[in-house]
Amino acid sequence: MNIRVNGETQVLEEGAVTVARLLDIQKVESPDMVSVQRNGDFVERANFGSTLLAENDEIEFLYFMGGGACKCQGDSLLSWN
Amino acid sequence: MELSEAYLERYSRHILLQDVGVEGQEKLAAAKVLIVGAGGLGAPVALYLAAAGVGTIGILDHDLVELSNLQRQVVHFTKDIGAPKVDSAREKMLAINPELIVKTYQDYLCAANIHEIIAGYDFVVDGVDNFPTKFLINDACVMAGIPFSHGGILRFDGQTMTVLPGQSACYRCVFRTPPPPDAVPTCSQAGVLGAIAGMLGTIQATEALKYITGAGDLLTDTLLSFNAKAMTFRRVAIKRQPDCPVCGAQPTITKLVDAEQSVCDLKR
Repeated sequence: MNIRVNGETQVLEEGAVTVARLLDIQKVESPDMVSVQRNGDFVERANFGSTLLAENDEIEFLYFMGGGACKCQGDSLLSWN
Repeated sequence: MELSEAYLERYSRHILLQDVGVEGQEKLAAAKVLIVGAGGLGAPVALYLAAAGVGTIGILDHDLVELSNLQRQVVHFTKDIGAPKVDSAREKMLAINPELIVKTYQDYLCAANIHEIIAGYDFVVDGVDNFPTKFLINDACVMAGIPFSHGGILRFDGQTMTVLPGQSACYRCVFRTPPPPDAVPTCSQAGVLGAIAGMLGTIQATEALKYITGAGDLLTDTLLSFNAKAMTFRRVAIKRQPDCPVCGAQPTITKLVDAEQSVCDLKR
């Protein structure tokens, strides 16, 4: 099956591939950090495991990205300086 | 109003632009922009907005300048170590352009103060890196109808999107809720190439200037990402989500609440 992930063609050898499996195949380290679009529509996180990919799907992985300002105030904070 | 020779000379390269001109320059002089964060992103934004003649610039940051900031936070100099970042940034902005009004807020943003701080600004630039505050800025700006620019950087990557509340997709249309705390690499763990902050920050400054002058098309309904290693830029179209919890048809987030990890909690 041929799909495009972030604009690049990927050939999937497996037959039935879910979004969750694709995240695994693509070695996405932190799936919690990723929003997934399939053919222009967001896939609900709860449906990652049940959403099957189809031939010629256009998949976008959109990653959380922080910014440049906050000082790390403690281990629990999501900040980097 | 009679424009001075110095004014016309200072802004001559703007005035020459058909999309800006004297009229656009006057809009910039009348505009009020709030920069949240005087760090890697806020630094170039502050310098370029000051140079561009944005009449009123607010800048918010709680922190003091540290040695490790200077690799990318170009508004701060070695002599500024130990000084409040907002004071350091204000000094540089006024050195470039003494006629500006620069308002400083040496504070954190939280649910209790954000409405009051952003009220009256025409545009907000999100240059913070902690996700609770990013979501807070999104939610408060959507509720107040204030356009803003989202920006993020990490390692060799950057991403940005401009939000026109009620018209274009918001940050929550893309990312519903802040990521779990342990899922996010921190700067001290992951690092960032200093010039990436300039690449992304100048895009944010450009969006603010475009919004104010009306020049061009804003980066709305689009997430722009780049990777500086390959030097590739990618635009992904984002649809406004009818079920978005803050900008959707039936919002479920109608008042601001500090996330569990809000920096404001640390002050208490």
